[in-house]
Amino acid sequence: MFPGEKKVEAMAEHLSTLDEVKGRSLWGDARRRFMLNRAAITSLGILVIIVLFSLLGAHFSDWSNEEIDWAILGMVAEKGQPSLESGHFFGADEMGRDLYARVVQGTQISLMVGVVGAMIAVIVGTLYGAISGYVGGRTDQVMMRIVDILMSIPYMFVLILLLVVFGRSIIMLFIGIGLISWLDMSRIVRGQTLALKNKEFVEAARSIGVPGSRIILRHIIPNLLGVVVVYATLLVPNMILTESFISFLGLGVQEPNTSWGALISEGAGTIQYGVEWQLLFPLAFFVVSLFCFYFIGDGLRDALDPKDR
Amino acid sequence: MLNYVIRRIAIALPTLLILIIISFLLMHAAPGGPFTSERPLPPQVLANIEAKYGLDLPIWQQMVNYTWGILTEFDFGPSFRYKDRTVNEIIEQGFPITLTYGFLSFIVAVVVGLSLGVIAAIRQNSWIDYIAVGITIGAQVLPNFVMAPLLVITFTLWLGWLPGGGWSGGEWQYLVMPVIALSTSYMASIARITRSSMLEVLNTNFIRTAKAKGLPYRTIILRHALKPAMLPVISYLGPAFVGMITGSVVIDIYFSTGGMGYFFVNSATNRDYSVMMGITILFGALTILFNLVVDLLYAWIDPKIRY
Repeated sequence: MFPGEKKVEAMAEHLSTLDEVKGRSLWGDARRRFMLNRAAITSLGILVIIVLFSLLGAHFSDWSNEEIDWAILGMVAEKGQPSLESGHFFGADEMGRDLYARVVQGTQISLMVGVVGAMIAVIVGTLYGAISGYVGGRTDQVMMRIVDILMSIPYMFVLILLLVVFGRSIIMLFIGIGLISWLDMSRIVRGQTLALKNKEFVEAARSIGVPGSRIILRHIIPNLLGVVVVYATLLVPNMILTESFISFLGLGVQEPNTSWGALISEGAGTIQYGVEWQLLFPLAFFVVSLFCFYFIGDGLRDALDPKDR
Repeated sequence: MLNYVIRRIAIALPTLLILIIISFLLMHAAPGGPFTSERPLPPQVLANIEAKYGLDLPIWQQMVNYTWGILTEFDFGPSFRYKDRTVNEIIEQGFPITLTYGFLSFIVAVVVGLSLGVIAAIRQNSWIDYIAVGITIGAQVLPNFVMAPLLVITFTLWLGWLPGGGWSGGEWQYLVMPVIALSTSYMASIARITRSSMLEVLNTNFIRTAKAKGLPYRTIILRHALKPAMLPVISYLGPAFVGMITGSVVIDIYFSTGGMGYFFVNSATNRDYSVMMGITILFGALTILFNLVVDLLYAWIDPKIRY
């Protein structure tokens, strides 16, 4: 089971329960607006197809991602083209492996990195930002100064340093990306919290003696959800970009695993041998998915933006 | 203002120190020392070598020495992999190259991005606006590592106009593709930000007043609208700078330009920690410096900010 789907379902469920608590209008309104946004809905459809492709795509091919087609090894440029007869729908790579199966696997890993990275960012960033904003004063100053400092470090280099020192594995990649992805989120959430914490309902909660931690979890965070959802959707493509960047340099996921970045890198290294499909198929998936994420994010922002109402 | 400058510098220095400490501790957390090899050295030899590089000292002493060396003498120490070279020599070799195309890319991104954004805003909903918006949306999903192979396919393999890589002392043919690949996505972001902030400024009252008193349109745009519209762009320059420094790694690898990125990735695969650390710290220091400059510039331009 692909974790991203579960999360989307969980989020959808969460949203619908919120509906009942907070009255229909806000989220119902947002959903209606989102449905009217044709670019966002189309993107959502394409993205669902890509997710299904990554989950079920492997069943439609006779080749697995590790199998080598000895019949074409060494003459990939002549015989390894994308074709339906040979069973290599997307062609083969220079090792004679089926590119279709590799793209299926790369899609899985890239989407997983994107969703998990965004999830870490959402959890850590929201809590950090909400605490910093709600507590305020000196704590807020120190917490935000830490964020400032971490933000002005070129994290990609530190991340690569981290990967080299502790060994390259997908877990380490998640930890490394998770370490930096929450920074922006915490800033945005803090700003929103500052605006919220002087509202009457928070004051009311405080006056009847609700402890601070409970106010943050039950009153502040639910009201931040709109911003968080929008930003999380825009974070997913960023995480995918980060991972692809590292994998493009050959420092990310390792064989036999692969990701869009690693596939693009392989394809980019072999274009002069006349095997453009090796670059173009992964690239198409990468570009189309990123487009979809951005359009959905924009659509959500338009749908949830209170200024627009 | 002077107060603000001092306070701002007071933040920049600890940031640099933290970066140095993080990289140093990371390096020490790495399994195996720099001289661990397939064939273990005799213990006496190892002890001698470690004494030569100061590795027999307690860790805090090493850290202080290292930091002190960087801050006072700009000395990043020896490379652990290439015995005949120091990190400084590697930087001397690679940095001018990175600086050349990095600087050009930055200029291209800012100049083209700003012009495109301003023109698109002035002629809102015209064909030029649509083209500009189209470019900015498209370039979002075309980061440097996607642009680079696409450029090579187009200009080297299909058209045969430009060499597919190399440096050759920085002749222009070798610069074109690296600069385009590195600057496109930032150019697009700058154009997008400029367009939206320019549109906002053009709708304000003081611009309406300027129009009402009959100032020529050129003057309104250049003298009155451009400065406030620039503010969001200036605050984007910091992230853009970081992005370009990071992107230069891809450029060096893909176009074999031989800049710092080449040495960085090479040392990452060779586990040459001192080179990695040196490059990370150098780029970190540059970033911190640049952010400082941007913040001061911002404070200087924006009359609303009082410190």
